[in-house]
Amino acid sequence: MTQVKVEEKLFQNRYRVDAGRPHIHIKQPDLCANHCTEQQCTTCCPAGCYIAEGNGRVVLITDGCLECGTCRIICDEHRNVAWEWPRGGFGILFKFG
Amino acid sequence: MAEKFDVIVVGAGMAGNAAAYTAAKAGLKVLQIERGEYPGSKNVQGAILYADAIEKIIPEFRESAPLERHLIEQRVWVLDDTSHVGSNYRSEEFNREPYNRYTIIRAQFDKWFSEQVTKAGGLVICETTVQELLMDGNRVVGVRTDRKNGDVFADCVILADGVNSLLARKAGFHEELKPKDIALAVKEIHFLPQETIESRFNIGEDEGVVIEMAGKITAGMMGTAFLYTNRESITLGVGCMLSDFKKQKTTPYQLLEQMKAHPSIKPLIAGSEMKEYAAHLIPEGGYEAIPPVYGDGWMIAGDAGMFVNGIHREGSNLAMTTGQIAAETLIDLKTAGKECSARNLKVYRQRLDASFVMKDLKKYRKMPEIFHKSPQFFTTYPELLNRAAHTMVKVDGIDKKTKEREIRGSFLAARSLTGLFGDAFKLWRAFQAR
Ligand SMILES: Cc1cc2nc3c(=O)[nH]c(=O)nc-3n(C[C@H](O)[C@H](O)[C@H](O)COP(=O)(O)OP(=O)(O)OC[C@H]3O[C@@H](n4cnc5c(N)ncnc54)[C@H](O)[C@@H]3O)c2cc1C
Ligand code: SF4
Repeated sequence: MTQVKVEEKLFQNRYRVDAGRPHIHIKQPDLCANHCTEQQCTTCCPAGCYIAEGNGRVVLITDGCLECGTCRIICDEHRNVAWEWPRGGFGILFKFG
Repeated sequence: MAEKFDVIVVGAGMAGNAAAYTAAKAGLKVLQIERGEYPGSKNVQGAILYADAIEKIIPEFRESAPLERHLIEQRVWVLDDTSHVGSNYRSEEFNREPYNRYTIIRAQFDKWFSEQVTKAGGLVICETTVQELLMDGNRVVGVRTDRKNGDVFADCVILADGVNSLLARKAGFHEELKPKDIALAVKEIHFLPQETIESRFNIGEDEGVVIEMAGKITAGMMGTAFLYTNRESITLGVGCMLSDFKKQKTTPYQLLEQMKAHPSIKPLIAGSEMKEYAAHLIPEGGYEAIPPVYGDGWMIAGDAGMFVNGIHREGSNLAMTTGQIAAETLIDLKTAGKECSARNLKVYRQRLDASFVMKDLKKYRKMPEIFHKSPQFFTTYPELLNRAAHTMVKVDGIDKKTKEREIRGSFLAARSLTGLFGDAFKLWRAFQAR
């Protein structure tokens, strides 16, 4: 099975990005790098927003976020995700849903 | 916005629209707040609409609601890596009006439903996120929105903000959601000419087919997959419990890609154009996971209250019915001149208990736990079933009795006799339970 690129899927979607105001934050980046061995956010996020860097750090880019809420719930050991809805009208805009 | 309303409904999904419509229709002063650009722009579903629930709210919905196809056939498949065994149920009875189930497209349906709220006199405000509940001691008195001067007040707030409900949690009404109670589903919509869909699925104009799938399609995780026919498109997706997703290394989109490449599914979407990729959570914890659903000045309806029957893939109907019951409870209190205190709102829970919603959820309350403890339902059994079918169907000079013995042996080798009986018994008990 060839690995699919999630970007190709996200490309079909419509977004209104709230530039410079991401609605999700990693509270303490050091915690991901030094204390989280699993880093499940990097495999479970359906939009591939969490990327494991070579140095053990996790980088979060929320532009393609589908607003599912997975990352907030699966980070239950460390509770290191600060999660809010985007401002009204911003974010993913499903055409079909 | 210093106005005061009888009720503020948060969310314009199935539950919120049902609640707002019912309340507005009865003459209450209703404010409904939705964060999406338009109602439906944030919502994801398979999507099967169960006529009964909407019919009880808007009897004439068929005249104007955007419906795709009415369903005349249900296929249930158990898949292994390269094959499926399954059953078909097709009935001419489902092809007679009034139709019982339809496929819909949520972005369109929710928009229509919301228009009915406006027509009934409710005030609907979109592009507005409710940030928190306004409290007076223990009592909810309104909401704080992200608009300028965005505080609004009401006698009661109905939280219909969906599975990932932040508001009740921020207010401390219940704990954080647990990965074992929540499924993540990913889905795509694929467009094809109408005639192609009709010939591929052996159906006429307006008729539809649903395929529900279990087995190796979820890569050993607790979950299911689905494929539904719309008028000019096919939606397909797969969902698994977050607790299982956490334990393995497959990404949700890779799982979806594997599903699309399965030899039983690939020909059904061949030549189609994918136009949207979506993801959404489903609260599948069942009866045991239902949080408190009312308190001083508030009620919870729909996914926010875990009202989903995962076994039967029903959610939107439970959402609509709970939304309707919440509104009716409120209307009765208002008519009687009673306040929206926790003591009086207790009636909401009592009415839910008496409805199909709680009865069904209670009946299956043991199911989630059984499936969590028995991964063989998603790994070993599908494979065994498919191998058994293959063995019996293949003609290769071996007599059928020997084949039967071989099949029995393979089941026993994979799972002891007590294990097999145990599983069958557990399932039977769970379906029998009351
Ligand atoms: C992939 C998938 C397939 C499904 N298939 C089926 C099916 O075939 N049949 C079926 O019956 N059910 C199905 N379900 C379940 C069904 O979709 C849900 O049960 C139903 O949508 C719940 O309705 P709701 O109104 O409670 O929540 P939602 O429909 O999720 O609505 C919640 C609304 O609240 C809004 N909101 C949330 N927070 C705020 C806030 N703070 N401020 C303002 N607005 C807010 C959201 O934008 C949203 O519009 C499926 C679910 C999924 C994910
Ligand atoms: S909410 Fe969902 S899509 Fe968005 S970053 Fe979290 S897991 Fe990814």
